[in-house]
Amino acid sequence: MTSRVRVEAQINGDPVEFLCEPYQSLLEVLRDVLGLTGTKEGCSNGNCGACNVLLDGVLVNSCLVLAPEVHGHEVTTIEGIAGSDGLHPIQRAFLDHAALQCGICTPGFIVAARALLDRTPHPTEQQVRHWLAGNLCRCTGYDKIVRAVLAAADTMETAR
Amino acid sequence: MTTDTLPADTETVETAAPARPHYRVIGTRPVRPDGVEKVVGRALYGADIYLPGTLYGKVVRSPHAHARIRAIDVSRAAALPGVKAIATAADLPLVEDKILVTGEGSVNQRYQSMNTLARDKVLYHGHAVAAVAAVSPHIAEEAVALIEVDYEVLPAVIDVRDAMAAGAPVLHDDLRTAEEGRKLDGPTNVAEHLRYQRGDLARGFAEADVIVEREFVTATVHQGYIEPHATTVLANADGQITIWCSTQGAFAVREQTADILQTPISRIRVIPTEIGGGFGGKLTVYLEPIAALLSRKSGYRPVKMAMSRAEVFAATGPTSASVIRVKLGATRDGRITAAQAELIYAAGAFPGSPVGAGAGVIFNCYRIPNLQIDGYDVLTNQPRAGAYRAPGGTNAAFASETVIDEVCERIGMDPIEFRLRNGVREGDYRATGPVYARIGLRETLEAARRHPHYTAPLGGPNRGRGVASGYWGNWDGTSSASATVNPDGAVSLSEGSPDIGGSRASMAMILAETLGIDVTDVHPRIVDTDSVGYNDVTGGSRTTHGTGWAVYDLGKKLIAAMSQRAAHLWEVEPEAITFADGVFSCGDHALSFKELAGRLGEAGGPVMVSTTMETTGAGPGFATHLVDVEVDPETGKVTILRYTAVQDAGTAIHPSYVEGQMQGGVAQGIGWALNEEYVYDQAGRLVNASYLDYRIPTALDLPMIDTVIVEAPNPGHPLGVRGVGETPIVPPAAAVANAIYHATGIRMTTLPMSPPRLLEAILAKES
Repeated sequence: MTSRVRVEAQINGDPVEFLCEPYQSLLEVLRDVLGLTGTKEGCSNGNCGACNVLLDGVLVNSCLVLAPEVHGHEVTTIEGIAGSDGLHPIQRAFLDHAALQCGICTPGFIVAARALLDRTPHPTEQQVRHWLAGNLCRCTGYDKIVRAVLAAADTMETAR
Repeated sequence: MTTDTLPADTETVETAAPARPHYRVIGTRPVRPDGVEKVVGRALYGADIYLPGTLYGKVVRSPHAHARIRAIDVSRAAALPGVKAIATAADLPLVEDKILVTGEGSVNQRYQSMNTLARDKVLYHGHAVAAVAAVSPHIAEEAVALIEVDYEVLPAVIDVRDAMAAGAPVLHDDLRTAEEGRKLDGPTNVAEHLRYQRGDLARGFAEADVIVEREFVTATVHQGYIEPHATTVLANADGQITIWCSTQGAFAVREQTADILQTPISRIRVIPTEIGGGFGGKLTVYLEPIAALLSRKSGYRPVKMAMSRAEVFAATGPTSASVIRVKLGATRDGRITAAQAELIYAAGAFPGSPVGAGAGVIFNCYRIPNLQIDGYDVLTNQPRAGAYRAPGGTNAAFASETVIDEVCERIGMDPIEFRLRNGVREGDYRATGPVYARIGLRETLEAARRHPHYTAPLGGPNRGRGVASGYWGNWDGTSSASATVNPDGAVSLSEGSPDIGGSRASMAMILAETLGIDVTDVHPRIVDTDSVGYNDVTGGSRTTHGTGWAVYDLGKKLIAAMSQRAAHLWEVEPEAITFADGVFSCGDHALSFKELAGRLGEAGGPVMVSTTMETTGAGPGFATHLVDVEVDPETGKVTILRYTAVQDAGTAIHPSYVEGQMQGGVAQGIGWALNEEYVYDQAGRLVNASYLDYRIPTALDLPMIDTVIVEAPNPGHPLGVRGVGETPIVPPAAAVANAIYHATGIRMTTLPMSPPRLLEAILAKES
């Protein structure tokens, strides 16, 4: 077994230092080492988006990132999405639009939607569907999720 | 064979619909009580349990579809540093036949044991053979690779037609076909032959002006829940076993694990975590008994096990592939005279396909004077069929609703008009027996006909519109709950039905409605098996009906208990207290629920009530769906342009979650219709066990899914509730197939109607 690697990163705004095996994924370290279990595992091969996080603001599947790769970088997980007032407008919109049923895919969708709205503040329905095509939901048929993201965009525009 | 000869059709009875009561909370759309923790990532699901000293378990799975296990050598794995325990079937006690009803079918515990860890033979690619617990998941994985299993590979059979053929490889030498309450002679893969009959089939077909007969073939599909199965189990040296797991039924996990381990049921406590989807696939145990064995054998350390996505596809679920033959006769004026069906469903490695339920769905929307339905439960070298949302219903309706569309075309009748002429209503017999109480099929048909979608222009070439209806029987079952009144007037509600799609919200609303308090003043919790009375699974579309009824009953008991406190306070007899609109009163005295709650200390003490109910009266659910598709003639790809689902919910407690069930069922049905299937190689090995290769619909594959809720109150429920979760997956495959026909002139009789299949049909038609 290889010796463990020391990694320093900013996670949800905090400086974090951890040791990991060189083969461990970011997903595994977030969950098993750092206790950030809001990031979910649905497939571990990049197909479902349940493990979505932001790496230097870019949407990634944390199951496809090796933990040592985040050394010196910034990671935002679902636990870092809400502001100090408790909920991000996307999270509020998911609640108001009943955009979750079982909720296991919800963290990934919210992180992905945040990445979308950061770069495209006024997306069309088709842009939302295209952007979220990497996130699988088996409960909702996506209808209420798409509506929630569009509504969040409106709310954020009003707040600007 | 189970033969039910049914009475002849009766006159239908029209009844006036009672007015819907005025509700204060029911029918509104509050935020779900568990919402915040789910959107911030704090909710704990099956894989989110971390106990000190946890070991990680991994499973050795069969690489063969059918093989005899000659020997298992664990010595190299056992010698790997960090490996703490290894388990095989030799560690499991022998289990006698015991049928356990899950509400979505039933399971035989002897077979469950054989499915948990293969004993003499592996019966499918992915069948569990052994398991390892180690100090890290990576060491456990290494150890799995070091376990050597010596197999004698046997011929495998995947297709039900092959499995029924003479000379087919036989999965279980001791299996005999059950038919008419007896067992037939000779080894077979046919576990059961059932039959429903009514009237005179030959006479019925003789009366028909048009007869359509077709054979349909559908592929194996998976529930596809996003959360893989996961559990943590801690066995103690004193015999106590604690199980944390993601499940649709904590009590079901407890009973199944107790049977498989032959351990007293009361020594097992199951703590249900949040559940990341189930759709029927999380009613039975896979990992829990194995993790318990590993915990015992490792010196009583907690053992955590989580499946990979590939394991989920290869070893859990799926639902049956099927071959279905339907023959239907009707007169020119649109009256069904006779119908016959033969349903052959793949059970996988052990008996128990949903063929009985499929037989219930296939003709239950219609009044049919003469009919015969034959069902066959057939073993194949596939994972044991699990329940999947309206088990067996989607494939059955695909067959019958497609044939009905063809009959309508042949006699030149509007498909909704035809369904209205033949559709069941109160007083009619189901094809499978019982008489319907008030139902809402006709309301869904009329609402669909009135909907702008039905008459909107299609707007382009290669487009077509399809209609299909669907039925699901729904289940009632047993539910328990308890409640305490807090000094601030809020009520803490403990229930035992895992919340898979917003049921905490519905329970809070029912209790708030009953008590006349705000919905935010009800705090529901899903608690463990030691903390609430028995609950059947969250399945069979039973939760809002059964657990909702228990919660309604709990509300009545709370009112009675609170009335006693008010009587104590006001020094009158409890009978003198009246309760209306959330206020207890007697003469000049009046206190709201909240005010009285704050004075319980001086009124005789705290209030806690509990209830347990074997509920009855589950009302069948009906739906009618409309879909527009566009077919690309160059590629065979089908685009869903517009979808409208109309369904009877009885009483919609929280309309957003009713709509959500309808939309989710439609999405799964569209995936089943257009793309999803298990693909096997020649040796019977599953070759597409990933989300990339078993492609479920994405946001880009679907339009908005319009919903229309109609409410024909269920007379069997105090609030008129009927289950809504399963019905919406029944019509989509047929509706899409009918739309494809109207777009292309091609009747698809195979699922999925994937681009290669449809393109082949288009090319065949052109040549």
